[in-house]
Amino acid sequence: MAAGRRRAPAGPLDYGRRLWLQIAVGATLLFLYAPIVTLMAFSFNDSRRNIVWRGFTTDWYVRAWHNDRLFEAFTNSLLIACAATVLSIVVGTTVAIALWRFRFPGKPVFEGLMALPIVIPEICMGVAMLVFFARIDWPTDLPWPLNLSAIVIAHTAFCFPFTAIVVRARLIGFDRRLEEAARDLGAGEWQTCRDVILPYLRPGIIAGGLLAFTLSLDDFVITFFTAGPETVTFPVQVYSMVRFSVTPEVNAASTALIVITVFLTVLAMTVQSPWRQQGGG
Amino acid sequence: MDSWKRNKAVFFILSLPATVWLVAFFVVPLGFVWVLSFGEKVGIIGIEITWTLDNYGRALDPLYLGIVWQSMWIAGLTTAICLVVGFPVAMAISFAPGRWKAILLLLVILPFWTNLLIRTYALIAVLRTRGYVNASLEWLWEGGREVLGLVGLAWVLGERFEPLELLYSHAAVVYGLVYVHLPFMVLPLYAALERLDKSYIEASLDLGAGQWRTFFAVTVPMAMPGIVSGVIITFIPALGSFLTPTLLGGPDSQMIGNIIERQFKAANDWPFGAALSFLLMYVTFGALALRAAYAARGRGLAEA
Repeated sequence: MAAGRRRAPAGPLDYGRRLWLQIAVGATLLFLYAPIVTLMAFSFNDSRRNIVWRGFTTDWYVRAWHNDRLFEAFTNSLLIACAATVLSIVVGTTVAIALWRFRFPGKPVFEGLMALPIVIPEICMGVAMLVFFARIDWPTDLPWPLNLSAIVIAHTAFCFPFTAIVVRARLIGFDRRLEEAARDLGAGEWQTCRDVILPYLRPGIIAGGLLAFTLSLDDFVITFFTAGPETVTFPVQVYSMVRFSVTPEVNAASTALIVITVFLTVLAMTVQSPWRQQGGG
Repeated sequence: MDSWKRNKAVFFILSLPATVWLVAFFVVPLGFVWVLSFGEKVGIIGIEITWTLDNYGRALDPLYLGIVWQSMWIAGLTTAICLVVGFPVAMAISFAPGRWKAILLLLVILPFWTNLLIRTYALIAVLRTRGYVNASLEWLWEGGREVLGLVGLAWVLGERFEPLELLYSHAAVVYGLVYVHLPFMVLPLYAALERLDKSYIEASLDLGAGQWRTFFAVTVPMAMPGIVSGVIITFIPALGSFLTPTLLGGPDSQMIGNIIERQFKAANDWPFGAALSFLLMYVTFGALALRAAYAARGRGLAEA
C-alpha cells in the first residue's frame, strides 16, 4: 500500500533512510556482535595471553578436541539435545494438533499452563527440577547414558511448549477441506493424520525440532541445577572453566558451539520462512 | 474446530503426552517447591513441612530485602535501557524495505539463540582489565602520549596506563543484562509496530504534527501492547537472572537468583530457597495478570 510512497526520495515515513536511525541500528548491531565476533576471531590467535594478535592457528581447536573433559561434556550435550528434541517433537506436535482441532472445557487454562515453562524465570524451573528429582529419589548413579535422563526430562519440559507453538503456527494455514477430502475418500483417522496432516506439518515439525535442539544445547541454568555432581554438559563445563580464566581453548570450544547453533537457527528459519508466508497473509 | 466429545479417543491420544508431561514434570515439581517453602530445617539434611510462614518472613529481613530491592532496580534499569535502545531498532526493522527487514530481523534474533554463557564469557573477555577494550585504550594512550610528547605535554596522560575496571560492578551487571535481553525487547516491539496501521502516522504528519509529536502522540500509544509485552518479558528473566550477576558482578552486586542458588547449593537451606523462588514466581504471575488485564482492556476499547 505504501510501497509507491516508500520509493519516493525521503518520504516522511521513510524512517529506514534516516541517518540517525541507521546509526542507531548499526551501533546496536555492533554492541550485539562485537563481543561474539572478537571471541570467535581470537580462537584462532596464536597466543596464550589472548589479547594481541600474533598469527593464525587452529591449535586451540585441536587442544579443545583432545581435552577429555570438554569432549565428554560436548558429547553429553549433543546426546541430551537429540533426546530432548525427539521427545519435544512427539509431545509438542500431538498437543499442537489437539489444541488446533478440539474445543474442550478448560482449554484457556491448559494453554496458559503450557506457556508457563516459557515465561517463568529459568532459576525457578531449575530449582523445581532439583527438588523434584531429589524428592522422588531419582537414581544419580546410573550408567552412562542413562545418567543423563533427568536432564533430558527437564529439557523436554521447557522445550516442547516452543515446538508446540511453532507447529501450531503452521497448522493455522492448513486447509481443513484436505482432511475432509481424505475422509470422504475413505481414509481413517490414522491414515488422514499420517498421509495428509503430517506431510503438511513437516516444515513446522522440523523448525520446532531445531528450536528444541538449540534451546537444549544452550541451556545452562536448568542443567546446572538438575545435573548431579558427576554429570557435565558443555555449558556447565565452560562455566567451571570460565570462573578461573579466559583461555583460547574455551574460545575455540565456544566458537564451535556458536557455529552449530547459528547454522541450526538459520536452517530452522529457512524451513519455516515466516516472511515468505507473511506476504500472503 | 470440533468439540472433544466428537472423537474422544483421538482427543485423548493427542492430548495425553503433553498433559502427562506437564503435570508430572512441571506442575508436580513446582508443587514440591511450593510445599517445601512452608517447611523447616531439621538437623543438617532433614526437612519437616510445618506450614510455617517463617521462610517468607525471612525474605523481609533487611539483609535480603536489600537484595530484593537491588534486583528490582537492576532489572528495572535493564528494562528501561532495553526499551530506549530497542525502540529505534524495532522501528527501523518495521519500516525497512522487505529484504532488509528479513536480514535485520535475523541479525537481531541470532544472538538470542547463542548460548547465554558464551555471550557472558565474550563480555568478560572484552571488558576485563586485560581485555580487548583496555588493550585498545592502552594502544590509544601510547599513541596519544607520543603525539602529546611532541609538544611536551605527555605528563597529561600520566606515567603509566591505568586499565579501567569495567567488570565486577553493578554497571557491568546491567550492561550484561542489556546485552542478553535486548532481543527479548526488540521482537515484541517489532511485532506491535508491524501490526500498526501506518496511515495514522502519515495522517498525523500530514496534519502538521512534527516527527517527535507524532512519535509520542501516535506511534508510542499504538505500540503500547508491544511495549507492555516487551517490558514484561525483559523484566522477568532479568529479575531472576543468576549467571550474569555471578560472572560479571562484584561481591556486592548480588541478585535474588544468587541467593536462591546459594540456599540450594552452599548454604543448604532448601525451604528458604523454595520460598524465595516462589516469591519470584508470584512476581511473574502478577506481571502476567497485568498483561492479561491490559490486553483485555485493549480489546474492550477496540470493540467499543
